[in-house]
Amino acid sequence: MATVFEDIRLEDISVDDVDLSELDREFDVENRIDFDNFVVVDGAPVAPEAKVPALSKVLTKLFSQAGQVVDMDIPVEDGKTKGHLFLEFDSAVAAKKAIKLFNGKKLDVKHRLFVNSLNDMEKFGSPDFVTEFKEPKIPEPQPTEYLKSWLLDPKGRDQFVLQKSEMAAIFWYRNKLQPENIIDARKQWSDSILEFSPQGTYLFSFHTRGIASWGGAKFERLKRFSHPGVKAISVSPTEKYLVTFSPEPLEVLEEPTEDFPFGPESNGHQLCIWDIATGMLMKTFPLPPNQQPQWPMVKWSFDDQFCARLGPNAIAIYQTEKNFQLLNGKVMKIEGVQNFSFAPKGLKLASKRASDPLTTAMVYWTPESNNQSCKAVIMELPTKRILRTINLVQVTDVDFHWQNEAKYLCVQVDHHTKSRKTIFTNLEICRLTEREIPFEKVELKDRCMRFGWEPQGDRFVIISNSENINDNPAIPKNVVGFYAPEKKDKGTEDKSLSDFKRWKLVHAVEGKFSNEIAWSPAGRFVCVAAIGKMISRSENLDFYDMDFPSEKIINTATDVNATLRDVAHVNYVNATDYQWDPSGRYIAFWSSAWKHKAENGYKVFNLCGNLIREELINDFNNFFWRPRPEPLLTNAEKKKVRKNLREWSTHFEELDAMEADSATRQLIIERRGWLEQWSKYRASTAENLATHNLSIYDVVNLAISEEDYEIIEEIKDSVVDETTEEVTSFDQ
Amino acid sequence: MRPIMMMGHERSITQVKYNREGDLIFSCGKDAVASVWYSVNGERLGTLEDGHMGILWSIDVDDFTEYAVTGGGDAGVVIWRVKDGSKVHKWELRSPVLRVEFSPNGDKLLAVCADLMGHVGSICIIDIARDSANKIIGYDEEPTVEICTIEGTAPVQVASWSYDGKYIVAGHRDGNITKYDGRTGQLLQSQKLHKQLITDIQLSLDRTYFITTSRDCYANLVDVETFEVLKSYETDCPLNSGCITPLKDFIIVGGGQDAREVTTTSAREGKFEAKFFHKLFQTEIGRIDDHFGPINCIAVSPQGTSYVSGGEDGFIRLHHFDKNYFDFKFDVERSADAQKKVVVPSEIN
Repeated sequence: MATVFEDIRLEDISVDDVDLSELDREFDVENRIDFDNFVVVDGAPVAPEAKVPALSKVLTKLFSQAGQVVDMDIPVEDGKTKGHLFLEFDSAVAAKKAIKLFNGKKLDVKHRLFVNSLNDMEKFGSPDFVTEFKEPKIPEPQPTEYLKSWLLDPKGRDQFVLQKSEMAAIFWYRNKLQPENIIDARKQWSDSILEFSPQGTYLFSFHTRGIASWGGAKFERLKRFSHPGVKAISVSPTEKYLVTFSPEPLEVLEEPTEDFPFGPESNGHQLCIWDIATGMLMKTFPLPPNQQPQWPMVKWSFDDQFCARLGPNAIAIYQTEKNFQLLNGKVMKIEGVQNFSFAPKGLKLASKRASDPLTTAMVYWTPESNNQSCKAVIMELPTKRILRTINLVQVTDVDFHWQNEAKYLCVQVDHHTKSRKTIFTNLEICRLTEREIPFEKVELKDRCMRFGWEPQGDRFVIISNSENINDNPAIPKNVVGFYAPEKKDKGTEDKSLSDFKRWKLVHAVEGKFSNEIAWSPAGRFVCVAAIGKMISRSENLDFYDMDFPSEKIINTATDVNATLRDVAHVNYVNATDYQWDPSGRYIAFWSSAWKHKAENGYKVFNLCGNLIREELINDFNNFFWRPRPEPLLTNAEKKKVRKNLREWSTHFEELDAMEADSATRQLIIERRGWLEQWSKYRASTAENLATHNLSIYDVVNLAISEEDYEIIEEIKDSVVDETTEEVTSFDQ
Repeated sequence: MRPIMMMGHERSITQVKYNREGDLIFSCGKDAVASVWYSVNGERLGTLEDGHMGILWSIDVDDFTEYAVTGGGDAGVVIWRVKDGSKVHKWELRSPVLRVEFSPNGDKLLAVCADLMGHVGSICIIDIARDSANKIIGYDEEPTVEICTIEGTAPVQVASWSYDGKYIVAGHRDGNITKYDGRTGQLLQSQKLHKQLITDIQLSLDRTYFITTSRDCYANLVDVETFEVLKSYETDCPLNSGCITPLKDFIIVGGGQDAREVTTTSAREGKFEAKFFHKLFQTEIGRIDDHFGPINCIAVSPQGTSYVSGGEDGFIRLHHFDKNYFDFKFDVERSADAQKKVVVPSEIN
């Protein structure tokens, strides 16, 4: 119910009596010109007065790109323009756009425009503005503990991470035994996955506000990388830089702070590059327009010298050392470029001297266009010298597969037939370390689905499939093909031919659901798996040995550098993911609750397909090994280890036995003591005997030479059976 | 391991011995005839006959395989020429001879005389003169030194020479071991080692430590110089003999129930097996069960490739070790060997 003021009438109120001064003060609008529409341009050419109209025309045309230019004032002094001018736009938005577009723009060789808002001039000109240089505060370097301490584990064990619903924990892997906790399980360590850097130094966790890095013996937090809504990260090969990506464009509101280190130039950007060690923001990028994003959006050269992004008709290559400036100051224009890839290692080109530094190389491809064939180009950086071009026709898609040492590059070319109905694959394999970079073509009948080089090797496995939509998906159609180089005859070791290699099919296994190739990081062993194919009721994990040391091999070709054998077939149909351990001895398969709810948990197999360890865990999410840096052993040292493998293995077997049981451990230690005691006792006895001119010995060896023997051969003939048959006659 | 059964003795075997080259086996038993066998196939080379009357308790061969010596119940010690089995000399001592042995360089002979026939028991040392070709050119008719049992102590049962003939180590009836100077016969050390009769003492090849076996079911490894007990091995039956294997760090012991009790128990309970122990770890690693009476004596070839055991049952069994035997190693030994070959990173324990 409304209150009614019946007594108050408008006429009765005297207007003059109301004191408005208060309101006046409150709502007084200063007679201020809104400078938002104005910009100051400096760095324009100094021209004679006569040229002013021309200059004005040029500049008006230029700035019209930002918006409607309302007015332009070019001050003239002593018959010459002063090099700066004032512009008025029709709106503040246009003025802002002009600043963004043209600030720092090079008009020509001599002139570079500096565009600022007039407001800024006011700000910078005012006496309040501090002109004194204030040194930016550089955060004190914080010492971290030794981040690679896990590599110093005296038992050389590997670490792995288990994630289960909200919990995550890190363990030492101990074969069949219960893994040993390194840190207590942490709750909500990461919003989604945890991820290791490529060499295992850092562990990254995801949060709504950004990424955190963890490391050291107890996984303390090292740095925070603030990037709201971050969804994906990638780390450069040497673990120097971190790339973060968020689907939400950055909204930069104010000055950068410690928690939000983005300047106005980063507004709307979605990709950030960070220095991992210091946590400093290095660079931000917007996403290239109108392009299907391909992760990783930033690719790195093997030594982190360069990183590059694919743009429309161009590749932008940045030099990391030079503050992420574009190589040669501009993007590399390549019409129609579809994809590119850096070599994972520096190349040792045959054309260079051995002392030359390794070559950074990248490969890209462009599709067929008017009168242009499809091309795959290998290019050297930073010279942009083209090392090799392959011309291709009737191409649907091209994919690059580098061998991990960058000795070989396989260009997978998916051709279509003239009718465009079927697709088949050719593999163009180039040998990068050889003179002129020769190519070898391997023709397939089907389309290659998966390709996997043997690590540190020259063999590969492919999974191909004759694609036909009408096929019954319950009938396995995939073909697993094993390829190896042709064996060279040792007798005809012709130097000119010795480099020549032809890849041949060792064996093809048909009728498989297999869709993943998992090479052991140490090479030789490969697991071919059917992941996510619930149809298959039979064994879905196949373990193969490419150097089976026996006659029982399944090779179809014999003159190849491989002796293939299927060592095991294992059934674990619920597996959703897999990963080899860094040593290449164990492969973990797990069933993640993120993908389905069946049989969640993990299983670890050794390279013979024997189950080593399994755990079923409700709501199990993720299993992953901690990567290791590359071994520092030289090839000669590795060879020596391989030669003495028996000795090493006895040592490790003993360690395993000690690990397994404390009583055994006690016994082993005791026995070691006895052994040592005994050798000491014998040594002291030897000393004592030496005073009698005698020496100790444990056995009387007979100095028998072969001449002392007489070999007597006895041959005994015995008739087992003797029958005489009388043939009556042949004639009849 | 397939044993070779060497049949030739008509009664229980009392001692078996290899020569230094390991190609011949010398055996003696209670039937007054000593035999010489080829170790390679167990064929009998010949016999040493017509030296003794009655039981032969002990036999030995010198390091040059020139002469063998036997001691018997007739208180006689006989030296034989190995080449033709001819008798060289016979000594008549005061009581039955339980043990005879050449000194390492063959210029002395020890004989253990039992405490019988009014004798207190003694170790007699007899000097033998040899020429540069190790031929015996002369001998003393009487023992140079006789170490008689000291009153109040148990008589000696077995004795053996140490390295260089420097000491004689002896085992006594009461389980004591004693050490005498090999030249003067002076008592140097005495120690209570076993609870019962010491049945055998055999030295290592370099004669710096020895194994004792006793009826108290124990075997011990003792250093000659210090008389320190290095290792002790517990078994489940009374022991009659034990030896230290060359090449491998094992010992072999054998025994079984007393001969008198054998008839009252089954063979299985008799524990007539030869038992293999690891010398350093004191763990039993294997048994060979083939005698059907107690094992009286065990010997192993100086090359460590075969062993021979003589039993109360009158058989001698010869075993040539097979590959498993030579390959067998404890993990600890294996890894210790491995560590000699490769540099293993610093230990973890």
